[in-house]
Amino acid sequence: MFHFRNKTLMASARALAAAVAISAVGVVSAAAGEITGAGATFPAPIYTKWAEQYAATGGDSLNYQAIGSGAGVTQIINRTVDFGASDTAVAPERLASQNLLQFPAVIGGVVIAVNIPGVDGNALKLTGPIIADIYLGRVRMWNDRRITAINPGVSLPALAIAPAYRADSSGTTNIFTSYIASISLPFQSQVGAGNSVAWRAGIGAPGNAGVAGAIRNTRGGFGYVEYAYATENRMQTPMIQNRSGQFVRPSTAAFSAAAAQANWANAPNLAVSMNNTVGATNWPIVGPTYIMIPKNPADGDRAAAVLKFFDWAFRNGSPAADQLHYVMLPESVRTQVRARWAQVKSGGRPVYTPAR
Amino acid sequence: MTTAPLEGSRRFHLGENLFRAVLFVAAVVVLVTMGAILIILFESGHVAFQKFGVAFIWLNQWDPVRDLYGAAPAIVGTLATSFLALVLAWPIGFGIAYVLTEICPRPLRGPVGVAVELLAAVPSIVYGMWGFFVLAPVMSTTVQPWLTEKLAFLPPVGEFYWFSGAPVGVGLFTASVVLAIMILPFIAAASRDVLQTTPQLLKEGGYAMGATRWEVLTGVVIPAVRGSLFGAVFLGLGRALGETMAVTFVIGNANRLPDSFYAPTASIASIVANEFPDADQGSLKLASLFALGFILFVVSFFVLALARLLLRQGRMA
Repeated sequence: MFHFRNKTLMASARALAAAVAISAVGVVSAAAGEITGAGATFPAPIYTKWAEQYAATGGDSLNYQAIGSGAGVTQIINRTVDFGASDTAVAPERLASQNLLQFPAVIGGVVIAVNIPGVDGNALKLTGPIIADIYLGRVRMWNDRRITAINPGVSLPALAIAPAYRADSSGTTNIFTSYIASISLPFQSQVGAGNSVAWRAGIGAPGNAGVAGAIRNTRGGFGYVEYAYATENRMQTPMIQNRSGQFVRPSTAAFSAAAAQANWANAPNLAVSMNNTVGATNWPIVGPTYIMIPKNPADGDRAAAVLKFFDWAFRNGSPAADQLHYVMLPESVRTQVRARWAQVKSGGRPVYTPAR
Repeated sequence: MTTAPLEGSRRFHLGENLFRAVLFVAAVVVLVTMGAILIILFESGHVAFQKFGVAFIWLNQWDPVRDLYGAAPAIVGTLATSFLALVLAWPIGFGIAYVLTEICPRPLRGPVGVAVELLAAVPSIVYGMWGFFVLAPVMSTTVQPWLTEKLAFLPPVGEFYWFSGAPVGVGLFTASVVLAIMILPFIAAASRDVLQTTPQLLKEGGYAMGATRWEVLTGVVIPAVRGSLFGAVFLGLGRALGETMAVTFVIGNANRLPDSFYAPTASIASIVANEFPDADQGSLKLASLFALGFILFVVSFFVLALARLLLRQGRMA
């Protein structure tokens, strides 16, 4: 809600400043200066880090508002920002009708975080069906027989599980519910997958940070968060059984292994699923996050500045990604994305042509 | 010479008329704005009423995946948190008002009154963050288990288990406590004003008869201002119904009917705040959110109208 107001205010302030500058000097400045983006909270840490490093090299500064994927799409459709960001791929028809180009920017993993007093959550093992049944309200206690059966040697307390989920519309929720809906038929039929769903159990907290806070605040807390938030907050993240039957720990390597299985070749708009891939070391809940930019930008220079920023990130963003546990797109995909940027045109010509 | 006063009075009339016109326009603008808001809310939300009928009001569903919407959880959550907040805040607010008007030494009245009024100046987002990060853990570990133990004798009513839910910290009860603190200054201030209207003669008459403070309060003061006291309380209720930011933090945001006071639920304002950013233009979801806004407007309107009515009756009595 705040963001809406801020955006409008900022937009009008910027328009006013531009008008004053033009009338005073009589010259339209070519430099964008500041580019604005809004949307997914999932990649917010890496975008912010990249922006910091990019600005340090003399690039434009980026103002990224982590307001949630749903709001990001709305903002770019209303053209109140230079680019929108969403963890959910927008349907091809909608991209076409809104004249938007969508491309993946980076890949991340969603993990389960827990707070069980007296238990090392990192050593705990969970399966997809158990996670689904916790959110369906069928598994209610930490010492439920289905959990103790796969955790011999761990003394789980008779403590109620307190599931938490995202209250706001969120791409993290979409990646996560797509995963559990794909392995649990009851979850698929009763809840389904989407940015916001009709949860059967648990409490809703605002944002990744809110869910992390709810888990930390509650004895028996349980929830899903983007991995960077879990590591930043030193949360305990259980192992999850993957499609090959192995219990894997969340790690950048496990996310990369899943990303390598994605079928990019047959994906319209490069929208792929990386959930529940086959492979002994694959983490089961992984997804790319997307950027949306108008194909007919009102200001070609600003659109060029956005593409230039992501071009820089594709070339130089790897150390920051490693540090924050994100996975860079495969090199071949980055090349495909750069080729697609030619569709962003102003006055009939591409606004930005990446160097070879 | 003789025309001068006339001219002056004509000019005076002109100024007076202009002044009146400006005031009249200002008053009408408020009415027109209110009407316009109501019409636009209904106009934007009528698709939801068309699709689900009047049943939209009592349908217990909110499922964005299947595009099924209903207002029951939101209406129940809004009314339950607001009334519970009222029950918690009323005795305290009245107590503060009574202390300020009757018992408190004169030099202390100012500072205590200001302190209570300062509660109204705290931004609601601050209440929300305090409720989520400070109050919720205390609720979860201390207050809720204690209440569960002490109130275990309450028999469940249908599917409602009073204070026997899982103590997760956020939910209907915590939202009510935060709301109670937020409406406390309004109830205290309105009650103080009402108590001050009790005729001094009546009270002195009571004391002259040898009545105690308690007897004067229950036998003289309260009967004299009863209606107005209800009005003061309903003003607080009007504020609680629409509170958004603080409630969104602590209500638990579950679009389901609560099965205990500890259960997470949702209010109309919290659902709109959470779901509005993702509602596409022209979608059924957006229409349903506008329909919720319309319902909240109507409910708030009637609550405030009732408050006005009670206040006026109190004054006439």
